Amino acid sequence: MDVIPAWFQNLYETTGLNFTVFYDAYDWNRYVNGLKTTLVLAVVTILLSLVIGAVGALLQSAPSRIVRGAVNAFVVVFRNTPPLVQIFFFYFGVGAVLPAGQDQFGLRQPIIDNLQWAVIALSLFAGAFNVEIFRSGIEAVPKTTVEAAEALGYTRIRAYLFIILPLALRVCLPALNNNLVNLLKTTTLAYAIAVPETLYAVKQIWSESQNVMEMMLVLFATYGVLVGVLVWIMHRWEKALRIPGYGR
Amino acid sequence: MAAPTTSPAAWTPDQPIVQLIDVHKSFGSFEVLKGVSFDVKKGEVICIIGPSGSGKSTLIRCINALVPVSSGTIRVENIEVADPKLDKLALRRKVGMVFQQYNLFPHKTALQNVMMAPVHVLGQDKREVEQRARALLQKVRLAGKENSYPGELSGGQQQRVAIARSLAMRPDVMLFDEVTAALDPETVKEVLVTIRELAEEGMTCLLVTHEMNFARDVADHIYFTDRGVIVEHGPPATFFTAASDPRTREFLSQVL
Repeated sequence: MDVIPAWFQNLYETTGLNFTVFYDAYDWNRYVNGLKTTLVLAVVTILLSLVIGAVGALLQSAPSRIVRGAVNAFVVVFRNTPPLVQIFFFYFGVGAVLPAGQDQFGLRQPIIDNLQWAVIALSLFAGAFNVEIFRSGIEAVPKTTVEAAEALGYTRIRAYLFIILPLALRVCLPALNNNLVNLLKTTTLAYAIAVPETLYAVKQIWSESQNVMEMMLVLFATYGVLVGVLVWIMHRWEKALRIPGYGR
Repeated sequence: MAAPTTSPAAWTPDQPIVQLIDVHKSFGSFEVLKGVSFDVKKGEVICIIGPSGSGKSTLIRCINALVPVSSGTIRVENIEVADPKLDKLALRRKVGMVFQQYNLFPHKTALQNVMMAPVHVLGQDKREVEQRARALLQKVRLAGKENSYPGELSGGQQQRVAIARSLAMRPDVMLFDEVTAALDPETVKEVLVTIRELAEEGMTCLLVTHEMNFARDVADHIYFTDRGVIVEHGPPATFFTAASDPRTREFLSQVL
């Protein structure tokens, strides 16, 4: 049980390499809590951004010109501005304007906290890219396939749900994969509004323990593994969706 | 202004099941259909033949509202197809369509392709639909291929799945848009056999086709279209032997 802490304690005493997270329970807890926050942030934003992408891509072909214009404006705004600026805009800009309650000490209690703002900003940011990614997949679905669905009585939305989206997804998965990897790494920007995610926790640890280099290595390894897991899941998904006799 | 979707009088089987009156269709400034009228009685098999670009496909695509008409009247039973308030689902329950390129859903097996629309669109019970779908696949001689994906089937097999898929909606009229044009000669036959059986069972069929022998054997009435109008029509016996219009004669001399 104590082999690992003992080994890192020994490593520190013999070489000066101070991986506090692996032998100091307090630092370890901070790190694990940061990791949990990152996971929550990543999973929720990935799912929300997928929903935004799928709905946005559907609305891009809506009969109403106003709706189509609104989707395109959304894509332009969130794709053409830096994600950090978007996070600041929501947290400091929108957050300050929204009405807020008061806690028991009379302090300002915002209705949306910093983690939630980070989720909103990052989901919209990645969602804007997902809209365009889904669009690329939808455009690859033959018009004749959509016509066949129409001739069978499918409405636009039913055809989208049961035929167009499942086929589009198979085409755009590699591009989607890229964007979701980027999104996972971009969750570190939540650091800027003090969301206690991994980078924030690790930064706290290295400022107190003066072990920047060691914690940097931990940070790189952490994100390397996280992205690796995400890519593995996406590849499994790609494989599961492969159709016999279709495409490759 | 707009006419009601259903005619006041209910449709009775002695009336035409499909009726076209002076149908015009333009794509931009190009007029594809220049006033087409004809009636189809229940159980009739109609073949529409004619040179490429004569508006045959546009014509039958207008009947199930895949292409909106520019002017004129199309009636399927008592549904006014050109009505802007058309209930498309009601129309498409009555009218099945089979395409040149099969257009199966490639991510679903043959059985799923046949089952999808009744379950998704009509909300029918899945087990009941599955029984029907299996029976339909057997009918088109594809028993054993239920779990194959379209990509694993030959063109002729895919086209027969497409026919079964359309029949699963229990239509009253079937439209066939050059359904053998993309097939190799050997597989054309297996698809034509399926259509012939359907016709013999009394299904009302409208076919756009280049298969003259098939048209001669199966059709009750043949329409020849050229440049957006019906040039000549008649039962096969007289149509193929006594065509009077020079364009029809020229076309027939080239294809027969």
